This record gives sequence, C-alpha cells and structure tokens, in this order.
Amino acid sequence: MSRRISPVIPGFGLTLGYTLVYLSLIVLIPLAVMFIHASQLSAAQFWNIVTAPRVLAALRLSFGTAFFAAIINGVIGTLLAWVLVRYTFPGRKIIDAMIDLPFALPTAVAGIALTALYTPTGFIGQFAADMGIKIAYSPFGITLALTFVTLPFVVRTVQPVLADIPREVEEAAACLGAKPLQVFRHILVPALLPAWLTGFALAFARGVGEYGSVIFIAGNMPMKTEILPLLIMVKLDQYDYTGATAIGVMMLLVSFVLLLLINLLQRRIETPN
Amino acid sequence: MSDSSLIAASSANAARRGSAVSRRILIGLGWLVFAFFLLLPLVVVIGQGLSNGLGGFFAAILEPDALSALKLTVFAVLISVPLNVVFGVAAAWCVSKYSFRGKAILVTLIDLPFSVSPVIAGLIYVLMFGARGVFGPWLQEHDIQIVFALPGIVLATIFVTVPFVARELIPLMQEQGTQEEEAARLLGANGWQMFWHVTVPNIKWGLIYGVVLCTARAMGEFGAVSVVSGHIRGVTNTLPLHVEILYNEYNHVAAFAVASLLLILALFILLLKQWSEARISRLRKNAAEE
Repeated sequence: MSRRISPVIPGFGLTLGYTLVYLSLIVLIPLAVMFIHASQLSAAQFWNIVTAPRVLAALRLSFGTAFFAAIINGVIGTLLAWVLVRYTFPGRKIIDAMIDLPFALPTAVAGIALTALYTPTGFIGQFAADMGIKIAYSPFGITLALTFVTLPFVVRTVQPVLADIPREVEEAAACLGAKPLQVFRHILVPALLPAWLTGFALAFARGVGEYGSVIFIAGNMPMKTEILPLLIMVKLDQYDYTGATAIGVMMLLVSFVLLLLINLLQRRIETPN
Repeated sequence: MSDSSLIAASSANAARRGSAVSRRILIGLGWLVFAFFLLLPLVVVIGQGLSNGLGGFFAAILEPDALSALKLTVFAVLISVPLNVVFGVAAAWCVSKYSFRGKAILVTLIDLPFSVSPVIAGLIYVLMFGARGVFGPWLQEHDIQIVFALPGIVLATIFVTVPFVARELIPLMQEQGTQEEEAARLLGANGWQMFWHVTVPNIKWGLIYGVVLCTARAMGEFGAVSVVSGHIRGVTNTLPLHVEILYNEYNHVAAFAVASLLLILALFILLLKQWSEARISRLRKNAAEE
C-alpha cells in the first residue's frame, strides 16, 4: 500500500503498524463495540429510545446551547484575535497567554467557578437576579459555561490567518475610497471565513460533548436543563446500558453529520465556482 | 502636490483618525472580554479557596482523601502521557515522512477522540470491560477489575488525550521534511542514531508543547473519568472528582481550595506552553532565514 517518498528513511512499517494497533486498541475497537452493542436493538427500539421526550429535550438543549456558545465565540473570538494581532498595548502578552486558560484549567474547576459567579447570590448573579434574569440553573448558564470552555478555538484559528494578511491590501482599499465596513466585507471576511468556520466547528463539537463545566451550573432538571452527556450518565447509573448506548450513538452520528456539513461549506467557500 | 493626491492624502488621514478611535474601543472591548471571561473565574476560585485563611486552604489540600486523589491524578498522568508521546511520535513519523494511500483517513482517525464526548469515551470502556461488557465475564473469572478501578481511569485518560502530541508534531515534521534524516543515513547513521541525533533535536520543542497540552488535559479530565471511576473516596477519586464530591457536600471552601491547587497547576502549564511556543517560533524564524 505504500508509495514512499524517501526509501532511505527507515521505520515506515514499524511506525504505521504501531499507530494502527494503538489507535485500534484505544479508540477504534471500543467505539466499534458501542455501535455493535447498539445494533442489537431493532430500528424501532432505537427510534423509541432516541425520540423519547426527555431525550429530545436534552438533544435540543445540548445542540442549541453549543451552537449559541460557538456563535458568541465567533464574535468575541474574532474580536480578541483582531486586538491581539493588530494592536500593541499594555497587557497584550498576558491576554495572549491567558487565552488558553480554558484548555489548561480542569473543566470541573471552571464549572464551580462560574456557578459561584452566576448563582442569584453570586458576584454577578445578584445583579442579574435584581433585573429578574436567572443565569445559573438555566440554559443561559449552560451557554455561558460552554462559551468559557471553548473560548480559545476561534481565537487560535483566526489569529494566525489574520497575522498573514498583508496590511497593504487594506490600506490600498482604503486609499481607493473603500469605507471601513467595505474593507471588512470584501477583504477581511473572505480571507478569515474558512479559519473562522474551523474554529466554530471545533467549538461546537466540543460544546456538544462537554460535561464537567456544565453539570455544576446547569441545575440538571430533566426536560429543562439536562444536557445529553448527563442523560447518558443518568442511564448508566440506572444500569440502562442499552439506553445509554443508543443515545451515545445518536449523539455521535448527529455530530458527525453536522461537522461534515460545516466541512462541505468550508470547501465551497475556499474554492469559489 | 496635485489636487487628487491631496484628496487621497486627506482621506487616508481621516481613515487613520477613525481607526485610532476604533482602536481604543476595540482594545477596551478586548480587555473587557478578558476580564469578564478569564480573569473573574480565576479570582473567584482563589478568593473562595482562601476564604477561611491559609490554614483552611492547606487543611483542605493536605487532608488524606485529597492527597490520595492527587496521587491518583499524578499516576494517571504519568502513564497516559508517555504512552501518548510514543504514539504521537510514531504517528507523526509515518504521516510526515512517507506518502501512502489512506493517509488523510489516518489523520482523521487520530483526531477522532476530540470530537467524541468524554462521557462516551467512558461509556465505551464500560461496554468493553464492565460486568456486562464484552470481556466482563472473562475478567470476572480471572478476578481482574478494569472499570470502576484504576485501569479504567487510566484508559479513559489515554483516550481523551490520544491526539495531542501527534497533532503538534505532524505539521512541524511536515515542514522540516526529510533532507536532514536522509543526509544522516547517507553518512552512515543507522535508524536509531538518525532518530536520536537528528529527528529528536529538531522536534524537541514541538514535543514539549504537545506534552504540556496532553498533561493539562490528562490532569483535568472529568467526564470520561467520572464514568469509569467507582467514586470511592480515597481509592478511585482523581483531583477533579474530589472537587466535585466536596462541592456537592456543600464543603465549598475545601472544594475551592483543591480547585485552587488545580488552577495553580494550570497556570504553570500555561507558562510552560508559552515558553515552548516561543522556542518553536524562534526555530521557525531561524529555519526561514537559512
């Protein structure tokens, strides 16, 4: 199967073999077992499990909050990337280094920190409560937690692309009379969109599956603030392995279809016509 | 100066003045987002952890259950990170040094664990090794426990951190190409000599970067470990799980004290990351100048 570039360099068989064996043992076989386990169900049984009202409510909540969190990140992530690439100002290096905090911080720590901030008695939550807004224990709180844990994705995908766009292009456009919004629309948006979509997709995929940061702030009320991963956990605690597996399979399939669609969209943007 | 160039110059000036205002607004907004999303949670964790003073803080961290959770977390990191380093180097080697059919699929498969929910990562091992799993009866016969015990925690940690090292190394090694290795071979080095004396020095900082990210995730993993842990205090609890237990017992000060410990580790990891990143970009710059 191999067509080597460089026959002098040894190790092809060894490294490829090791890679495949390791991946199979750790990732592929266990995932396959889940699909095999789910295939013991008839199509009707599977459908009944994944369309139960409680599951559908969790599905809507998980994908909806992950989508909104990814959109919010699309905005503030682009803002942060822009500020970090285009301007020099005091504290720039600290912000740049701290952007990755959500990846380095255990999600449970993020979860309890955000909950402490946004409960009705919390530092920010009390002001929201005065205005009659409930942040923690509502879908709003879930979105907030997901926005935190996926914050670095858009920044880190947009940042290098933005740094590579020559400033002269925008300056030329401005000198030719383009207004800032026109420069943004016709020069920056087309150049940044593929990277932006990648960041969006990564944030979305991570958000759908996220568990640790969400369960503290969510309140975990069935039908209202119960996310899909938690529902899998609940089924496992009840020894309902089949139910948990069916939901897991459904979740993976929906995620893959969505990622595939985003991928296709990206290709269409990158190769116009 | 002609009229048209005057107009162009003045409009460029106006644009610059406009951009000076928007510059300030955007930097201000950037700071606001940073303070609101990143700084505030950090301050809350430390503040709540210290709310009973330093004594309470250390009491929570040095309590036996916390220490055994710390030990288990270190244990899981020490097994999963080296395994994923060996895997990452092997995977990056075959992906970057050779071309073969199915390479794109292989790269996708390496990234797969990133798009699988951690809870599913735990679930699949329960289905494999749990009492009612595929290997359940056999394991029971031989009195081996994987799920709800240490091996399960380690396996789940390995699963969620599989891609980190490979992901950092693949682009780096693809950029570096194969010339140096070929030269080493032609000068008579054997495979291992070539690897240790040519490849490893070249990829060292990328490797450190990958290890740092991998360690961060391994020490903080919650969902996957939560599924396969038996939640037995002092036995199968990692630090993040210990935080959850304390929090759910309304022992908030202790929960935030242990969380502060994890936060300090996270900040240390960010520092290491920054340092290895700076080294990588310096290497890239040197390579570009040559």
